[in-house]
Amino acid sequence: MNQRITDLRNISLSATNCISEERALIITRFYASGIKESLSTPMTRAMVFKAFFEEKKLCILPGELIIGERGPYPKATPTFPEICVHSLKDLDILNHREKVSFSVSKQTRKAFEEIIIPYWTGKTHRDRLMHHMDDNWIKAYTAGMFTEFQEQRAPGHTVLGDIIYRKGMLDIIEDIDIALAKIDFYLDSEAYEKAEELKAMRVTAEVLINYAQRNADLLDELAVVEPNETRKRELLKMAEICRRVPAHPPHTMHEALQYYWFVHLGVISELNPWDSFNPGRLDQHLLPFYESDLKAGRLTKESARELLQAFWIKFNNHPAPPKIGITAEESNTYTDFSLINVGGLKPDGSDAVNELSFLIMDVIEEMRLLQPSSMLQLSRKNPDAIVHRALKIIKTGFGQPSIFNTDGIIQQLTRQGKQIKDARKGGASGCVESGAFGTESYVLTGYFNLPKVLEITLNNGTDPLSGVRIGPETGHPSTFKKLDDVLDAFKIQLKHFVDIKIKGNNVIEKLFSNHLPVPFLSLLIDDCIEQGKDYNKGGARYNTLYIQGVGLGSITDSLAAIQHHVFETEKYSFSEILKALEVNFKGFEEMRNELIYYSPKWGNDSDDADRFAIHVFNMFFDAVDGRPSPKGALHRINMLPTTCHIYFGKKTAALPDGRLSGTPLSEGISPVQGSDTKGPTAVLKSAAKLDQLRTGGTLLNQKFTPAFFENEEGLKAITSLIRTYFRLDGHHIQFNVVNAETLRDAQKHPEKHRDLIVRVAGYSDYFNDLGKDLQDEIIHRTEHRNITSI
Amino acid sequence: MKGLIFDIRRFTIHDGPGIRTTVFFKGCPLRCTWCHNPESQNPEIESLEVETRLDGREFRKKISVGQLLTAEEVFKEIKKDIVFSEESHGGVTFSGGEPMMQPVFLKELMALCKENSIHTTIDTCGYASPESYQSIAGHTDLFLYDLKQMDDALHRQITGKSNAIILENLKLLSALGKDIIIRFPFIPGLTSSTENIRQMISFLKKLPGQLPAIQLLPYHSLADNKYHRLLIENSSSVIEAVDNRELAKARKLFLKAGIVPIN
Repeated sequence: MNQRITDLRNISLSATNCISEERALIITRFYASGIKESLSTPMTRAMVFKAFFEEKKLCILPGELIIGERGPYPKATPTFPEICVHSLKDLDILNHREKVSFSVSKQTRKAFEEIIIPYWTGKTHRDRLMHHMDDNWIKAYTAGMFTEFQEQRAPGHTVLGDIIYRKGMLDIIEDIDIALAKIDFYLDSEAYEKAEELKAMRVTAEVLINYAQRNADLLDELAVVEPNETRKRELLKMAEICRRVPAHPPHTMHEALQYYWFVHLGVISELNPWDSFNPGRLDQHLLPFYESDLKAGRLTKESARELLQAFWIKFNNHPAPPKIGITAEESNTYTDFSLINVGGLKPDGSDAVNELSFLIMDVIEEMRLLQPSSMLQLSRKNPDAIVHRALKIIKTGFGQPSIFNTDGIIQQLTRQGKQIKDARKGGASGCVESGAFGTESYVLTGYFNLPKVLEITLNNGTDPLSGVRIGPETGHPSTFKKLDDVLDAFKIQLKHFVDIKIKGNNVIEKLFSNHLPVPFLSLLIDDCIEQGKDYNKGGARYNTLYIQGVGLGSITDSLAAIQHHVFETEKYSFSEILKALEVNFKGFEEMRNELIYYSPKWGNDSDDADRFAIHVFNMFFDAVDGRPSPKGALHRINMLPTTCHIYFGKKTAALPDGRLSGTPLSEGISPVQGSDTKGPTAVLKSAAKLDQLRTGGTLLNQKFTPAFFENEEGLKAITSLIRTYFRLDGHHIQFNVVNAETLRDAQKHPEKHRDLIVRVAGYSDYFNDLGKDLQDEIIHRTEHRNITSI
Repeated sequence: MKGLIFDIRRFTIHDGPGIRTTVFFKGCPLRCTWCHNPESQNPEIESLEVETRLDGREFRKKISVGQLLTAEEVFKEIKKDIVFSEESHGGVTFSGGEPMMQPVFLKELMALCKENSIHTTIDTCGYASPESYQSIAGHTDLFLYDLKQMDDALHRQITGKSNAIILENLKLLSALGKDIIIRFPFIPGLTSSTENIRQMISFLKKLPGQLPAIQLLPYHSLADNKYHRLLIENSSSVIEAVDNRELAKARKLFLKAGIVPIN
């Protein structure tokens, strides 16, 4: 990388994550002014958006090619008090906590104390949410049965399609005006709502144009005082770009990237949507600009690389807004889950890998930044060359790019009812979630603790950790004569808790559609404008709600252990096992050894264990899939944990698989840490026994030591592993390539490993920023050695 | 009929092309002093004490090594990874121990593999009757054929058996036109001499069939713990570590003679 990029990257790496009070103050002033009293809710939100982009401080760093910061400077992170206002205690925790901290200056603390907290206390979305949830929900939530994504953040979970490469904001405004003109105030009972929403959208489109104009003016000013002639010309050119986009469609790669970046800032400032936002199929969107720029001599491969690198750094400047409490535990990271997709298929179904796919791989490798995340979409139609390129990055232990099955994603999306062309324009975002980019709202609603359901089942409805009854009475285990009796009771408990979660989801969805519409995001996703309906109200062409199952390995191994030791060999009675669980195996070490080492385990391609995984998966699917929400969305399942398997582990007592109380659960659909002893093919075969096409994504982690990737033979073998897993409809596989030695050293000497990025679960993170329990877990994940017959 | 198998390992990528499943037969006619798989030598089911560790405590348990399985039972395991071997152009490898000590069972198992279009490799020490090799040759796509020491007296000393029949069988398979890769355990002091390599080259060049490739297997002392657990005296503990320069020199000698050393 050249000096400019090196400098910008260093600024990004060395910037301190801190809280900026700027946004909170601007919106508090707006809300307190009383202007909103005469406005509809969408118009209120549009005016908030306007106030923010008119008043926010601009930031243009020396040497920057792509400009715009959400905060006043890199990593200065705003809060969203309309959703959740941080108390002084929260701020102190954020300031002092060891991991994923945000420094809080005296001035910021004062602004919160005097202005922000007094105004928002009792008026936030979070207050509304807690007020609306019933007793059952609160009890299950407190027990760690599930989490709630929309408690501190807004629904987002969507990815941009190709609209901005075709249309400027002025074209979009024209579309809005057409939609406005079509509204029938005589016959359409929703005419008013539609008109207000469309007017709000129109305001936000104008806001973005004006924000770019403000930047253009500043660039001109900077150019006047710039002593360096080359930079002066650059600044003037950038000013010109900001006057063209986002008002008009881009006609160069530089314009396309700058346009996207303005849009990105709009989406992540309007609210704090999960899975921030991302350009999705970047190599597809940019290709026409790249080719025409090269042809016209406006760009070289090197300058294209530099632009992409500058673009990459912008993502890294924007950590996820601060999370506290359970939300911090389920997703404890600075990463804001922008997952850039490379490869895959074109809308006509042909191989989409192109020259830019490889150039982007170079950028990923060279930038080595936490954000954005990146992934390779791999279809059976894509060449091995792109897999080998990706593996060469993966083998450096960076954890990116992860690899996804395009053909599987398309089948998942079409099963859910999407048109094949929309499905082919999609991919995976966030951690591993499948979505139709540009046309779908696919909201993650919360993690669901599957082993906890078993625990409640084994305790006849009571949570052993708190002694509180949270589920129905389904019988004392001593009355269970066979494993089917356990499973029948489990099914009743599962339905009970899924019902509670879905009821909560359907209320929370209403809270967002009634109080917090997102007119700006609605500009970007089809068919919000056409329908005159907000993204949070169901305006997207497709609407999906996900519940993400966690701990499949732990529950499978627990059921397999009960079947094997209680019902088959009768080595232990059910009550002996329950007694051991009650005392966390104290005095039952020998039993625990048997449970761990001499029981069937998920991930070894043995039906003795795998059949229970399939059974639990199917029960979870049946309890969730296809259940509707008020805005017309359908619930679906995902199998991914982010860092929630750690949190759920803390909330789950000892389990029959020998796991101790409070320790992590298994993650994704991966085997329990260390229990896969038959090698990677067996893990993949087990994982593929789940009908993954009926999910919206699963997460499978495989750890390899770097040695495995060293020769051509190893690379080929791994390519075959991936291709075969995908042939079996596997959704995603990620590799942690690092040796345990290095990780242990990093624990002892964190200062020496500040650059160490590891794959956590659907994303990568700095090893040093992980809690010790998660660090330990990553160390313990099975290392598949290069097996030879010596 | 049943075969005595001591392990079936999946995802082996060094026992022939692609991703393979390797079936380890129990029982071997040789007693190579450096053997890495001592538990594969004895053609009977043996008992082995294994220990598991949990929170600093050790738990011991006796397990038996070796299982009598039908060809169908072994094939059921092989079948599990067919998708991977198809994708990677891999297959199954029969190793040991010495698979040729159970030729009738091996033939039955290989027939099952060939019915299912699976690529078959035999990893053999060469010490079995020529009739046995003749009978399975038709089912075998690739032989990984061990050559250790060309000097018969030395061969007897380090393996316990003469090399005459081994060399004869190699000629036979070569004459049958079989695909062969020579595996040469490079053991300092026992097989690594230039003289041995020279003789090996001259023997290989005289083979009736195509000149085979060679794979040098440098000695690693990994088996100490295994010997200890089996209560077998570990005669390999006196072997010194491989000198990489010596190894490179050996490779060069083969290459110069037109015999390609592969990894």
